Amino acid sequence: MFEILEKRVLNPDVKLMVIDAPVVARKAEPGQFIILRVREGGERIPLTIADFDRNEGTVTIIFQEVGKTTRLLGTLDKGDFILDFVGPLGVASHFENVKSAAVIGGGLGTAIAYPQAKKLHSMGVNVDAITGFRNKDLIILEEEMKQASNRLFITTDDGSNGNKGFVTDVLKKLIEEGNKYDLVVAIGPLVMMKAVSNLTKPYGIKTIVSMNPVMIDGTGMCGGCRLTVGGETKFACVDGPDFDGHMVDFDEAIRRQAMYKKEERQSLELHECKLGGIGNA
Amino acid sequence: MPNMSLKKVEMPEQDPNVRNKNFKEVALGYTGEMAVEEAKRCLSCKHRPCVSGCPVNVKIPEFISLIAEGRFEEAYLKIKETNNLPAICGRVCPQETQCENLCVRGKKGEPVAIGRLERFAADWYMAHVSPETPDIQKKNRKVAVIGSGPAGLTCAADLAKMGYSVTIFEAFHTPGGVLMYGIPEFRLPKDLVQREIDYVRKLGVEIKTNMVVGKSITIDELKEDGYEAIFIGSGAGLPNFMGIPGENLNGVYSANEFLTRINLMKAYLYPEVDTPVKVGKNVAVVGGGNVAMDAARSAKRLGAENVYIVYRRSEAEMPARLEEVHHAKEEGIIFKMLTNPVRILGTDDGWVNGMECIEMELGEPDASGRRRPVPKKGSEHVIDVQTVIIAIGQSPNPLIKATTPGLETQKWGGIVVDEETGATSIPGVYAGGDAVTGAATVILAMGAGKKAAAAIDEYLTRK
Repeated sequence: MFEILEKRVLNPDVKLMVIDAPVVARKAEPGQFIILRVREGGERIPLTIADFDRNEGTVTIIFQEVGKTTRLLGTLDKGDFILDFVGPLGVASHFENVKSAAVIGGGLGTAIAYPQAKKLHSMGVNVDAITGFRNKDLIILEEEMKQASNRLFITTDDGSNGNKGFVTDVLKKLIEEGNKYDLVVAIGPLVMMKAVSNLTKPYGIKTIVSMNPVMIDGTGMCGGCRLTVGGETKFACVDGPDFDGHMVDFDEAIRRQAMYKKEERQSLELHECKLGGIGNA
Repeated sequence: MPNMSLKKVEMPEQDPNVRNKNFKEVALGYTGEMAVEEAKRCLSCKHRPCVSGCPVNVKIPEFISLIAEGRFEEAYLKIKETNNLPAICGRVCPQETQCENLCVRGKKGEPVAIGRLERFAADWYMAHVSPETPDIQKKNRKVAVIGSGPAGLTCAADLAKMGYSVTIFEAFHTPGGVLMYGIPEFRLPKDLVQREIDYVRKLGVEIKTNMVVGKSITIDELKEDGYEAIFIGSGAGLPNFMGIPGENLNGVYSANEFLTRINLMKAYLYPEVDTPVKVGKNVAVVGGGNVAMDAARSAKRLGAENVYIVYRRSEAEMPARLEEVHHAKEEGIIFKMLTNPVRILGTDDGWVNGMECIEMELGEPDASGRRRPVPKKGSEHVIDVQTVIIAIGQSPNPLIKATTPGLETQKWGGIVVDEETGATSIPGVYAGGDAVTGAATVILAMGAGKKAAAAIDEYLTRK
């Protein structure tokens, strides 16, 4: 059992939790993920590690309430326990010979981009951070991102923060203005990571994306998380989750993400239905 | 007088057309009378050929004669002298190639039903006796066991009985390894596995779940934490794929994923539990081993109308147990032998809608001694399926190898060990089970765990 030491609501859909998990904290590195199970009968879901504190033995996760499991997780409070919490899994992000980087977070992806920006920034890399949200109420980690970058650009799809557009618009403008990047890190929805990768490819800028497909064990055992990278099948859990964005077959990844859409919706509906009925069944 | 019937006493089973719609155990087990009658078929041969066929040398004639005398509790304890998991072995051991294969009665007629009798003794004991925990003299020396499958559980139990403080590190949230995630409920009920695990805990073994050795902690760190010896029983947890087009389409599963969803995550109870599994109207399972049979029979139980076993050799070469093949056929699984998938076909939005296969014929024997299948030109054809399950074997998981400098492995990933002791290239580190052999049987893994436990005891006594 893993205790929730802190809970913060970042926006109506996105929550942050600090979990007491010394085993995971001891070895965690940016780019790695954990798998959790909220309660008996629950599914195992992967979440990227948003932050960790080795001294305190804590791991921070940030999640968006999109399905039954994340909804259920969101109902837990400080002092409550998560049944299972395992990690750190996957390969840590590896940065070498980087002088100037653009770190891009799309929506919840900002939570995962943040530790990457922080790490690069702490290595002395010049970091331009770009984050994008549907509207200004959904903006998360603004202060944190500011701290972890030299410049922060925040865009909203509807322009409600006074800066309308997509993250790709900002990146394109920065590149065209003559900013030189030797690395772009893009984390967010698959369509966004695909768009960023397509944008940087002609410029020849190395682009790292973080994949988050369906998985069960997270140790290479089930193969459910497989994707095609450079024509080869890779397992996101053990070969990733970071991959070269110019090599990833995003269209396949987008199709695979839809595999359990129907079941996910059904689970959520049944869950909501129970909540509306006789309490937290 | 021995019972000279040429046939085994039949074991009652659920009717095929009933059981292929539920996940309850297929075989129902002997009654006391049936067991006594079958036990009387044993001749108690002096040279005990059956015992040499058993990887853990169960005292077979001895336990069977106790059953014949109606002394069921003593029969169980006799098995337990060398076998930590009788209820499991009685169900999933390939007795037909081991003990029963060497039974003298098998020369004319059927061999004694050793497996069924072992199962009977174990089930009878579980139903009638609450096991006592043996009095153990503690040694105050720590041993780590990685993985809680058959190899790890056996090694841990043996070491605990010798007085060592044993901690098992398990990657999943539930202990049991392949007994929990791989073998289906209808062949090996999970509450029975749970009881065996509870017993191992009663011996004083601590089981730490959610610990991925190689990620959460490394072998070197375990040593630093004071574990004087380490046993690696991490299994063969890396699914092989065929490398044909279409394997990443929606609806293609590795058998590992398909069975883990069903067995460990209990997807057959969805939406009562949260993990779903998808099964189309027609399902193809590629492969001919026990895992393929388990996947096919599970798919049928989940409502698939037509389930095909697609295997590139002929039925004679199939590695699956005869009993499993027989059960699968009874349940309506369709066997497409000498058939090899060429590619998996999909819809525009990425869902499986067919599998192109080619017919094969058998040529000269290959390295495995089995006749090599060769494709028949122009025999390509498409079978109409919506789900494809790949059950062509697993390789050892590379996580431990990758984080343990000095641990020697074979090219294909298996850990190199001394066969007699299970000792690896690192002093104090032992290994056994599928992590060494590649996918094999529960009983071989148990045998390896047992050998390693004895070797670890010797190593630590000398140290």
